[in-house]
Amino acid sequence: MTVLSNLMPGQYGTIQAIHAEQALYQRLNALGFRIGKKIALIRRASFNGPLHVRIGATDIILREIEAQRIQLNLV
Amino acid sequence: MKRIALLGMPNTGKSTLFNRLSGASARVGNWPGITVDLMSAKVLIGGHIAELIDLPGLYDLHGFSDDEQVVRHFLSNHAVDLVLIVLNSSQIDRQLSLALQIKQLGLPTVLLLNMQDEAKRSGITIDTQAMASQLGFPVATMSAKYGDGCPQALQLAGQVLNNVAVIPAPSDVSKLLELDSQIEQTMHDIVKHSVQMPIKLNDETTDKIDRVLLHPWLGLPLFFLAMFLLFQFIFTAGKPLQDGMAWALELFRTEALEPLLISLPSWLNGLLLDGIYNGIGTVAAFVPIIVLFFLVMSMVEDSGYLSRAAFLMDTLMAKMGLDGRGFVMVLMGFGCNVPALMGTRVMRSRPMRLLTMLVIPLSLCSARLQVFLFMIATLFVASQAAYIMFALYMVSFFTIFLTAILFKHQYKSTEPFILELPPYRFPTPRQIWLRGWQEVKHFLKRASKFIVIGVVLVWVLTHYPTDVAPASAATIAGQIGQIFAPVLDPIGIDTQLAIALIFGFVAKEIVVGSLAVIYGLQGDALSHQIAMNIDWVQGMSFMLFTLIYTPCLSTIATMKSESKSSLFMWLSIVWSLALAWVISFIFYQGARALGF
Ligand SMILES: Nc1nc2c(ncn2[C@@H]2O[C@H](COP(=O)(O)OP(=O)(O)OP(=O)(O)O)[C@@H](O)[C@H]2O)c(=O)[nH]1
Ligand SMILES: [Mg+2]
Repeated sequence: MTVLSNLMPGQYGTIQAIHAEQALYQRLNALGFRIGKKIALIRRASFNGPLHVRIGATDIILREIEAQRIQLNLV
Repeated sequence: MKRIALLGMPNTGKSTLFNRLSGASARVGNWPGITVDLMSAKVLIGGHIAELIDLPGLYDLHGFSDDEQVVRHFLSNHAVDLVLIVLNSSQIDRQLSLALQIKQLGLPTVLLLNMQDEAKRSGITIDTQAMASQLGFPVATMSAKYGDGCPQALQLAGQVLNNVAVIPAPSDVSKLLELDSQIEQTMHDIVKHSVQMPIKLNDETTDKIDRVLLHPWLGLPLFFLAMFLLFQFIFTAGKPLQDGMAWALELFRTEALEPLLISLPSWLNGLLLDGIYNGIGTVAAFVPIIVLFFLVMSMVEDSGYLSRAAFLMDTLMAKMGLDGRGFVMVLMGFGCNVPALMGTRVMRSRPMRLLTMLVIPLSLCSARLQVFLFMIATLFVASQAAYIMFALYMVSFFTIFLTAILFKHQYKSTEPFILELPPYRFPTPRQIWLRGWQEVKHFLKRASKFIVIGVVLVWVLTHYPTDVAPASAATIAGQIGQIFAPVLDPIGIDTQLAIALIFGFVAKEIVVGSLAVIYGLQGDALSHQIAMNIDWVQGMSFMLFTLIYTPCLSTIATMKSESKSSLFMWLSIVWSLALAWVISFIFYQGARALGF
């Protein structure tokens, strides 16, 4: 068990839990963040910038602080 | 008349479809949140004229950002006869959630699986029959961009529209919008039964390009290099067009207008030729370069690079209380500040939205670009032009950063930053052409409204009273200039330039036009005269002021309507005027102190 923000580029995991308030939870849901989905970290921007992740055919960028709310099982 | 609404997640091609069906020219771009307001057009569907409405994209029916509110408000207040759900076929596994939510509203619906071309390329197959029977409404695949499947989709929509007997009342729909939906399982079942996705989905080309453009160290330098090269291209390619246009306008004056108007009384002749024609002509010479600029802009917007720019700049923007989207709005502001201000509707937190709106008017828009092109060509040699121009863009960024840093404590927010990164796309020639044409129309509209009135007014002010030399200190314009002299003298701005700045408050297009009127000259003669009157330090100070103070009345009006606060609007006006003066002052006095 780890959180999305701990992944290294190229690593992936399956989403176990999303800890977010209602509005953020719904937005994440709509973008494909759902329990059981496979998610990969593609790259990180320099200076602790946003993370570039991929779920299915959707590429998303999000900040570290949001990525910490997403719990994963490493695959 | 029947009413048809286009609904779907952002960036799925709703506006592209809207344009294709109606022949309208709604703005299209590869960025989630291009459409933030509704737009309607008449279309012929199923033998009836119907009203088709393009709406902002929304992620789910419960969203509360201002663009999503537009959709909720629309559905709660208007009876809709048919909903066309548009979704991106490649992302059907997640976008189906919105279709299922909309289904619960009980409105007659057709589901359009758009971007079939891309889905096919990545090997996704969808059984539309199976999906339709599970969903309970018709499903069709199509490609709004290239037109495949559009006639069939239209036919399907027509059939549904003709079979509809009763539609739910908007008040009922409004209640259903609040309903919390459990759709996860249904979605999973439908995708499992009717969609086949290959294991490896990603777009190889996009991945390859991203490896370079989003490189941790090269990404930002490449961004600035690309920007420099694009502008270099615009100016190099645009210069001959601009010269040609100026030549043609001059020829038209000497060969056609002058002989034609010779018999008119001299004041009328002067008003028409030295006032209106010179004023508009001087501005019109920049039309080709502005069109070129917008063609390049539309390609950048449609390429999908904007989201990448957001990725690259987010860290820096976060330090200033903004986020990557704010940076993209600033880039959009390079075209025109008004749509950029409206684009901030995608932000949910009000403080962040206000802070972004406060910096957008500092973005170097295309109307200011005209002024700079003119002044730079007048006061600098050709080899310096590109660098001066680039420096002005950097100053624009600098004032934006400075403003954000100074105000970020007043506008604190904890808005999450989550953004889709769409694949790279390239606009079709038709899309590029439509956009260019749209900008020409927009320019002509502004020209007929602001510029004509502006130049006529300037002409009157500089020619009254009639017994003194035009534009001299004794004219009304001269007197107005005198009033402002105490504030404008310290920044090197003389009476003539002051009049141009005052009218520039209405719209920057008037600035160059009014200079032509003030000096009563056009083309090269005008440039020579200005170069005799002011030196480059004064010119630069004038450009800095023009860059920073309030862009135009439309921006002010948008500022007010989007923030719903007059106080905020005044803050923006006062702040930009003060900043403009201070920066021009520092530059002008600094340059003089250094002996320039
Ligand atoms: N390949 C492909 N691209 C498409 C298709 N339809 C639209 N696009 C592109 O997708 C991008 C988004 O198109 P828009 O029409 O602006 O999407 P929208 O749904 O109106 O987006 P918002 O207004 O942001 O909600 C643009 O770059 C279009 O050129 C299609 O059928 N195939
Ligand atoms: Mg749109």
